[in-house]
Amino acid sequence: MNTQNSGFGSAYFIEPDNDPVETHTLAVLVNNEPGVLARVIGLFSGRGYNIESLTVSETEEEQHLSRITIVTRGTCHVISQIRHQLERIVPVHRVVDLHVRACELGQGYPIERELVLVKVLAQGASRVEALRLAEAFHARLIDATVEHFVFEITGKSSKLDQFVSVMRPLGLTEICRTGIAAMNRGAKNM
Amino acid sequence: MKDDHKAAQTADGHKMSGAQIVVQALIDQGVEHIFGYPGGSVLPIFDEIYQQNKFQHILVRHEQAAGHAAEGYARATGKVGVMLVTSGPGATNAVTPLQDALMDSVPVVCICGQVPTNLIGSDAFQEADTVGITRPCTKHNWLVRDVNDLARIIHEAFYIARTGRPGPVLVDIPKDIQFASGIYTALKSMPCTSYRPPLDGEAQAIDYAVNLLCEAKKPVIYSGGGVINSGADAVRLLRELVSVGDFPVTSTLTGLGAYPASGRNWLGMLGMHGTYEANMTMHDCDVMLAVGARFDDRITGRPDAFAPQAKIIHIDIDPSSINKNIRVNVPIVGDVAHVLEDMVRRFRAVCYGPDKISRAAWWQQVNTWRARNSLAYSNRADVIMPQYAVERLYALTKEYNPYLTTEVGQHQMWTAQFFGFDEPNHWMTSGGLGTMGYGFPAAIGVQIARPDDLVICVAGDASIQMNIQELATAIQHGAPVKVFILNNRYMGMVRQWQQLLHGNRLSHSCTEAQPDFVKLAEAYGALGIRCSRPIELDDRIGEMIACDKPVLFDCRVVSLENCFPMIPSGRAHNEMLLPDEATDEMVTSAISSVGRSLV
Repeated sequence: MNTQNSGFGSAYFIEPDNDPVETHTLAVLVNNEPGVLARVIGLFSGRGYNIESLTVSETEEEQHLSRITIVTRGTCHVISQIRHQLERIVPVHRVVDLHVRACELGQGYPIERELVLVKVLAQGASRVEALRLAEAFHARLIDATVEHFVFEITGKSSKLDQFVSVMRPLGLTEICRTGIAAMNRGAKNM
Repeated sequence: MKDDHKAAQTADGHKMSGAQIVVQALIDQGVEHIFGYPGGSVLPIFDEIYQQNKFQHILVRHEQAAGHAAEGYARATGKVGVMLVTSGPGATNAVTPLQDALMDSVPVVCICGQVPTNLIGSDAFQEADTVGITRPCTKHNWLVRDVNDLARIIHEAFYIARTGRPGPVLVDIPKDIQFASGIYTALKSMPCTSYRPPLDGEAQAIDYAVNLLCEAKKPVIYSGGGVINSGADAVRLLRELVSVGDFPVTSTLTGLGAYPASGRNWLGMLGMHGTYEANMTMHDCDVMLAVGARFDDRITGRPDAFAPQAKIIHIDIDPSSINKNIRVNVPIVGDVAHVLEDMVRRFRAVCYGPDKISRAAWWQQVNTWRARNSLAYSNRADVIMPQYAVERLYALTKEYNPYLTTEVGQHQMWTAQFFGFDEPNHWMTSGGLGTMGYGFPAAIGVQIARPDDLVICVAGDASIQMNIQELATAIQHGAPVKVFILNNRYMGMVRQWQQLLHGNRLSHSCTEAQPDFVKLAEAYGALGIRCSRPIELDDRIGEMIACDKPVLFDCRVVSLENCFPMIPSGRAHNEMLLPDEATDEMVTSAISSVGRSLV
């Protein structure tokens, strides 16, 4: 029998997955009850999955339903495991992989938007420049004193990243991002 | 039964205390036995238990044992096992059996006391975040905040525990909720809309699977614990499918008994310590039907070398089990009994028996593997070989159709290899979690459910000491469990791995100070038997069977025997280490430095 010491692979982990790593957005409809978010997050940490962004809020008040939007990274195989594992959680009603759904609908990507609040401490020329850039980015001025501005900007994450990076040299001191809210295009609901 | 139904009707809509609601709900669920241990925050429930006689409470000596006893009870009966523990340490002691039940899909309801609602979060005496701690080790859990939800939650708990892929659930009840009065609601249809376990498999997938099986030249059925969980129909249908298709069949550790070990098509258990014929048949097959099994790492060995030519059909009620460890070709999500029923019907309709020539060739191949006799060992006259002890135990007890439990280690594998299981629900072992200390309390649970049957726990000298205190439980409740200790004075499996992986440096695997098991048994009021000579073994086993008390049987076996055959870590199914090839030199070089890092 073949017992020479060659060609070892791990017996205990899935064989190295050479598929490309993708970023997918999952929409998870859950009962709005205590601990439900902990169940979802615990699943990700317990099984070693990634969370890039997570947002949650009640969406259907009468039915006590909340919608959790999770952006995660992994191979297709891992992402489908995540979906099945989420579906096992008792208070989870539905899990939709918005990227897969977009493909099925013949669309490129789901709609993904994020909101960011940015506090900038600026004086003199920087102040004028900050206002000018904010206008160019269609950011809204929410609060201001002679020392500072607070801007609100909504859009794709890449646009927000860009806004943050242009504000940084002008005196950006604080950032708060909501994480991604997402849904598919078209008349069909999830 | 009729009276209970009447009681349920009369109780519905009545006002009662939370503790009364708990007891009423258990009665309505048809509970006859619960396993528990009292404490400050469950006293109101214990007070109600005292005042009723519909179900019996079995007092254990440690909460872990309550959980394992409930698991044993559930596995023997197919009913939900119930445990009752107090807050804080009671709940944390319950964690091990909950995780054990989760991994082996055993339906268990754990009812747990909690500090009063207004003290939650204050680090009160015996407070623990039980719902937080047990969230990952239960199928679902609840903290009851309103006494009016209590009855519904308990009924929901039973429903979730036993349906779909069965598993443990926990209901955490603060003490003030147990005192508060609320409305009892009887068992109704489940309002829980987000939980809908699948039953029937997709017809198209079943058709495709049947065609594959029909055309297979080298098929195999790999059956798992899911078949037994699904129930008597699933077991009957599996046997029917094996017989109409003349398929070779193997099984996981937890699936033993679904297909009878005395059956013609039986290959023995597969996996790390499975038989040569089972593993080779799996490796060389062209179509594999996996039924209620989850491709655990102890089964697959190296996943990239697992059944390289096989088209794999996988029936499982849990969609997340499919494609988790091994990619399969035909996934069928559904209850085993439902899917097999459709499959057998379809198979009979479209398949006119297997191709005789190719099937004869396959069986011939299987028989040459069988002839390798991979479970062979050399017996000795001067000292008891552990394999011989299990063989004799089987030979002398099989007429009683006994229930067998085990602890975890070499003795567990030898029992799986040498004890023949012809019926389901007669074999309880900790497969997924591998919990030392499982077997004895599980055996007590089985004995409570089956008071007139022979219940044997095969144990190791190390494992048995993890819950030895349960001797008192067995005595108190008149559960004449027979504990058959294969005593080799080592943690045998740990020692075997140290020999295989760590240059035979036996770090802390020898139990140098061992109690006198005979005296220990006597101290508890049980019978102790010792045997160290092969010639006396049959008589001593006879004494054990004849005794109407719990027995601790100290079977002194040879100390350094290894458990073979074995797929060393990191190897494929066709790279087994067989007993006659396992020289000391071969054993020490069987695993490379890479394989060493594996579990």
